[in-house]
Amino acid sequence: MDTISKIGGLLSRAVLCGVLFSQAAVAGPEIQSWNTSNGARVLFVAAPDLPMVDVRVVFDAGSARDGDTPGLADMTNSLLNDGAGPWDADQIAERLEDVGAQLGVGSERDMAWASVRTLTKENAFEKSIETLAAILARPTFESDDLERVRNSMQTALRLGEQKPGTVAQKAFYRAVFGDHPYAIPSDGTKESLSSITRDQVVEFHRRYYVARNAVIAIVGAVDRTQAEALAQRLTEGLAAGEPAAELPPVTPLQRLRQESLRFPSSQSHILMGQPGIRRGDPDYFALYVGNHILGGSGLVSLLSEEVREKRGLSYSVYSYFSPMRRSGPFLIGAQTQNSRVQETIDVILATLRRYTEQGPTEKELIAAKQNITGGFPLRIASNGKIVEYLAMIGFYRLPLDYLDRFVDHVNAVTREQIHGAFQRRLNLDRFVTVVVGNGKTAQPEG
Amino acid sequence: MRSILTTVVLLVLLPAAATAKVHEYRLDNGLKVIVKEDHRAPIAVSQVWYKVGASYEPGGVTGVSHALEHMMFKGTKSLAPGEFSRIIAANGGEENAFTSSDYTAYHQTLSADRLEVAFKLEADRMRNLTLSAEEFAKEIEVVKEERRLRTEDRPTALTYEQLSAVAYRNLPYANPVIGWMSDLENMTVDDLAHWYRLWYAPNNAVLVVVGDVQPEQVLELAKRYFGPLAPEKIPLQKARSEPPQRGVTRVTVRAPAREPYLVFGFKTPIVGTSDEPWEPYALEMLASVLDGGSSARFSRNLIRGKEIAVSAGAGYSAFARLPGMFLVDGTPAPGKDITVLEAALFDEIAKVKSELVGEGELERIATQVVAEKIYELDSVFAQAAQIGRLEALDMDWKLADEYVERIKQVTPEQVRAVASKYLVSDNLTLAVLEPLPLDNSSANSAKGGGYGHHQ
Repeated sequence: MDTISKIGGLLSRAVLCGVLFSQAAVAGPEIQSWNTSNGARVLFVAAPDLPMVDVRVVFDAGSARDGDTPGLADMTNSLLNDGAGPWDADQIAERLEDVGAQLGVGSERDMAWASVRTLTKENAFEKSIETLAAILARPTFESDDLERVRNSMQTALRLGEQKPGTVAQKAFYRAVFGDHPYAIPSDGTKESLSSITRDQVVEFHRRYYVARNAVIAIVGAVDRTQAEALAQRLTEGLAAGEPAAELPPVTPLQRLRQESLRFPSSQSHILMGQPGIRRGDPDYFALYVGNHILGGSGLVSLLSEEVREKRGLSYSVYSYFSPMRRSGPFLIGAQTQNSRVQETIDVILATLRRYTEQGPTEKELIAAKQNITGGFPLRIASNGKIVEYLAMIGFYRLPLDYLDRFVDHVNAVTREQIHGAFQRRLNLDRFVTVVVGNGKTAQPEG
Repeated sequence: MRSILTTVVLLVLLPAAATAKVHEYRLDNGLKVIVKEDHRAPIAVSQVWYKVGASYEPGGVTGVSHALEHMMFKGTKSLAPGEFSRIIAANGGEENAFTSSDYTAYHQTLSADRLEVAFKLEADRMRNLTLSAEEFAKEIEVVKEERRLRTEDRPTALTYEQLSAVAYRNLPYANPVIGWMSDLENMTVDDLAHWYRLWYAPNNAVLVVVGDVQPEQVLELAKRYFGPLAPEKIPLQKARSEPPQRGVTRVTVRAPAREPYLVFGFKTPIVGTSDEPWEPYALEMLASVLDGGSSARFSRNLIRGKEIAVSAGAGYSAFARLPGMFLVDGTPAPGKDITVLEAALFDEIAKVKSELVGEGELERIATQVVAEKIYELDSVFAQAAQIGRLEALDMDWKLADEYVERIKQVTPEQVRAVASKYLVSDNLTLAVLEPLPLDNSSANSAKGGGYGHHQ
């Protein structure tokens, strides 16, 4: 049986890439933090209600560290659970699934991670943690597994080539980030994937999967003592190592860029934007709240109102700032039938231009603050959500009271600040527009 | 039936939140209200489930349930279009809705003290929707864009759509939830108004609330807002079933793509239609034996092992309004022909028909099911959806609690029995995606809203 939802999935992606919400009336969870003996940072929240624990170990080992070998970070990460310590992939899978534990690994541009959700029942907890520790510290990177993962990644690349949305996303990052490591496609390229050697994978792991380059987030029914022991076990096999080097700053775009890629689809995917902000940017809250009004609040955003509600042009239209170690993208996205690409781009640009020039109305700002602050309890209502927030706070070295103070920061934002920040930070004369579809080349006005 | 032993085990395992009592009420107008307390966080989810979906739709108006779902946000006698969403947003709420073959559901998650806001709005649109022609004209374009996004431009989705279309001779699961494009083109606001009148009434709905609430207070609020709504005479659905299939059906889908794809299904019974009550649970177990995680057979033997597939899946649902299919799909590894993948998938099926699955495999799956029941408690939404879905199918929500025990009782012999009985070629329909070039030369073939999926 199939199920489809009213609001596009792209929106939830924006939330994931986005930020935290908070409210004065509801404090954030109490976060405890310490370092393991070899230098991994731990963030912990006790959640005694359910007999389960979530652990997420994050490394500064995303594709921004790929260098000349796109896909290396992803391949290294994908191989972690294919063999570690004395166990092969089958045994690792059995060890975890025998006790009902759920393992996840993944990587993006900044981060690579491994996570486990397990019951706190003794045998489940013990087996899960023992297995996760081995996966992090002692992956075997067998050649057979490497070849299989290489094949699988090659197929994934080709599957991406048949999706206009994926083609657009890649073109967008290329155009926005140019020579910066953020332009590197995380899933690699055909040539690069075929060139990666086992030595490169082993070396990547040796360099980046180290304690001082790691953050461990723990949420669940364990006490501080147990959490300390858990973090110690997870890291005792890791070398202390060094934090990853600073990434270079992102260079602002120098000119307007339009890219139109023909694709045999009934719809064209439109992505527009430029480099945005990094985590900890002083304009962060103004831009976050401002973008919430523009395109970050689902059906009630200005972009949704203009593009979807008033004109029926797109099922999903959204915008977000994705703050990263360095300036992540500001991105506006929509999809429309090929014959209405120009109209959609015109409406998006007119909305963005008006908003940038005039800023939000007082009414819009109040509504946004009500939504963000009123929704704070929802954001921290589950262990699964809290553990992701802990990983993010730890990884980007945000203050531990970030959640507690978030609402004050949001409430302090003024119309003038939003107006000023959008004026300073967005430059429509240096915007990237990518269109992938079957329409004619789109020509946004200057 | 639960044995005493397993009850004890569950009590040890499950925390207070899990065993929290579920309160059931029925208002005079027929609305069923189900409340489950969960005081972990000061929030609540409110879900209204209507017993209507794509499988209720007659020919010519496929997609009308889903189009109506979109229009439910477009104004009532007292609220302007979009006002619903603005009020929920201003109250810090999250909202969405979804349509499936068997039901349509609307939901809001908010601070528990804002529950009344959701009730007030949801009750209003249960009976007072405006359905303006002007709003419909725009929104149906949004729905068409949604169809393009989800189906037209996704070769694997097109393939699955064709599989269902040719597999079912009589059951309405032949039609896609979002509707055929030509039906969307011809749809009018009157079609929606008719559909709304037929199905949107308190006696055809279930209200589920899970969160930091007191059941009696929720009932009072429900009475205040939903209580005054008039019930409706709900049309009786005729019983329908599939005629015997009597042979394999194959369909080819040619669409621009880089990689081939295979999906096939065997007609299977569900809870309520099976010859033996354990059969649907044995089929669930069978799906997990093949694809219940990284230790299951497809991952172990086909993705790793023989390295024939980069992905392979099996799926079956014991709970539905009408019987459906046991589905299997896969994408071949580089250099492996789609026919090799097909043969390998059928080899795995042949094995479960001829050999008993290991007790260890079944134990592992049961353990996972038990663990997932606990993990589910981390989300009020998931808990409410579990209840709402079964109730919307006119099944008892308690089936979800029995599920763990039923799964634990499945034997290797039963798994072999359902495989041998139902995973047979007379029940089989296959669809294969045959990639067409993605290059510019074929770019114009996209015109007309679809390509290469004519039978």
